[in-house]
Amino acid sequence: MAKRVVNFFLPLCGIALAVGIWWAASRMVPDLPSPVRTWEESKLYILEPLTKRGETDQGILLLAYYSLVRVAQGFLLGIAIATPIGFLLGVSPMLTKMFDPILQVLRPISPLAWLPLGLVLFQKSEPAALFAIAVCSMWPTVINTMLGVRAIPQDYWNVARVLRLSRMTTFTKIIVPATLPYMFTGYRLSLGIAWLVIVASEMLTGTPGVGGFLWQEYNSLVYAHILLAIITIGVVGFALDRLMGMAEAKLRAV
Amino acid sequence: MAFIEVRDIHKSFATNGSTRHVLRDVSLDVEHGEFVSIVGAMGTGKSTLLSLLAGLTMPDQGTIVIGGEPVRGVHAHAAFVFQNYSLLPWFTALENVRLAVDAAFPDLPREEQRARARDALGKVGLGNAVNRRPRQLSGGMRQRVAIARAVATEPQVLFLDDPFGALDALTRETLQQDLAALGSQSGRPVTTVMITNSVEEAILLSDRIVPIVPGPPATLGTPIPVELPRPRSVAQLAHDEQATHVRAHVVATLTASPGRLRKPAAGPSASSPVLHEVAKETP
Repeated sequence: MAKRVVNFFLPLCGIALAVGIWWAASRMVPDLPSPVRTWEESKLYILEPLTKRGETDQGILLLAYYSLVRVAQGFLLGIAIATPIGFLLGVSPMLTKMFDPILQVLRPISPLAWLPLGLVLFQKSEPAALFAIAVCSMWPTVINTMLGVRAIPQDYWNVARVLRLSRMTTFTKIIVPATLPYMFTGYRLSLGIAWLVIVASEMLTGTPGVGGFLWQEYNSLVYAHILLAIITIGVVGFALDRLMGMAEAKLRAV
Repeated sequence: MAFIEVRDIHKSFATNGSTRHVLRDVSLDVEHGEFVSIVGAMGTGKSTLLSLLAGLTMPDQGTIVIGGEPVRGVHAHAAFVFQNYSLLPWFTALENVRLAVDAAFPDLPREEQRARARDALGKVGLGNAVNRRPRQLSGGMRQRVAIARAVATEPQVLFLDDPFGALDALTRETLQQDLAALGSQSGRPVTTVMITNSVEEAILLSDRIVPIVPGPPATLGTPIPVELPRPRSVAQLAHDEQATHVRAHVVATLTASPGRLRKPAAGPSASSPVLHEVAKETP
């Protein structure tokens, strides 16, 4: 009982403290809206989360939904490419040697750098955003899948050899199940990155969504909405990570 | 011509620039339907020898012929039981056995494959646990699944890599008895090579025992036939005169090995690790 109180109470204290610092900062920086003002100005968006008043003037859930759809598309595209690459690199040391330098160089490139290339390639902002998300979110899945395949115990390979399993059977019955937990760790990290990228790409392309909304409200000098967007991005990202974490835990329990 | 013919095998491993010679001049004949145990202490190259026989690794020199064909890779009609079970944890007992059955008999209808897998699990006494995953089974039960997986493919050769080594003494004993019973039940005896560090286990199950002369590099000693009637039981073997004779013979071969004479022991505690190992196993 006491433990439950602590578990509930301590996070609340932390949040209160953070809001306190925010409030203090807003007293010092005149342009920074205070927590109360942020609430007053954002109320409409939060209390009517699904109302569409204009192209970018929409309820916060609706905006988050647009972003999520885009993230889902880019993320699925990314892992659809990344998973087979990870398997290939995991199985073949030769391919790893061949592509490891490229992998290491491409991995740390910021989404902001990929987006213009996407615009050049696809001419439109929507596919360019998907391109940026896919390319940026690929890497954790590639690397984790690769590591997962390499971590398969020799015992399992021996089973495959002793039972004289075909390549296909070895892949579906041994390699994939043995790698699945690693793959999901990769997916979880990839989804986190995809969510980071969406905000940046929406800001640059001005498409409707949480990131687009943030940038537009900055340009319209409604600073309270910047804070609203930031908090929304954080909460949604946290929820996504939790969901993936739950899926991962379920997988490991098998 | 013997079913398995091993001629002058040498095997070494290169580790960090230095070469470790594990086996030298290993020759062995195993007759059709014979159960041969290779007995030796841990780290004497037993597992290496079995991997060579099973085609999992290749010898540096020498030849291995099974059923008239030289071994190049895993034999089509061989089955292997590993010491650490090597079951796939994401499959149930039945699915683990089915994986082997499906691979061995790809042309059989699915129903028949399933029936064979079930049948094999029934034979090892796991008829009620077919849908459990390895995690939900005890060590002994897991090894039963592994044995079922091996026999379900109706192999011509069975390789047992210290199959009871990871089990507690009591489980070990029942499983040994069951394996012996399984062997005498089936119409045609399966040619079997088992490696073990337990002389008792070897006497209980084998037609012939081949002691390992420790190295490195290790080689094989003179085979000793075990001419005891079957079925044998552990209790009976403890007092049987012939068993005592075989036991003494194996221990003598293991301890009077040229390898040991060539390489004197460093201290009194390490004076005879093989004898020590054997003494532990002998009740």
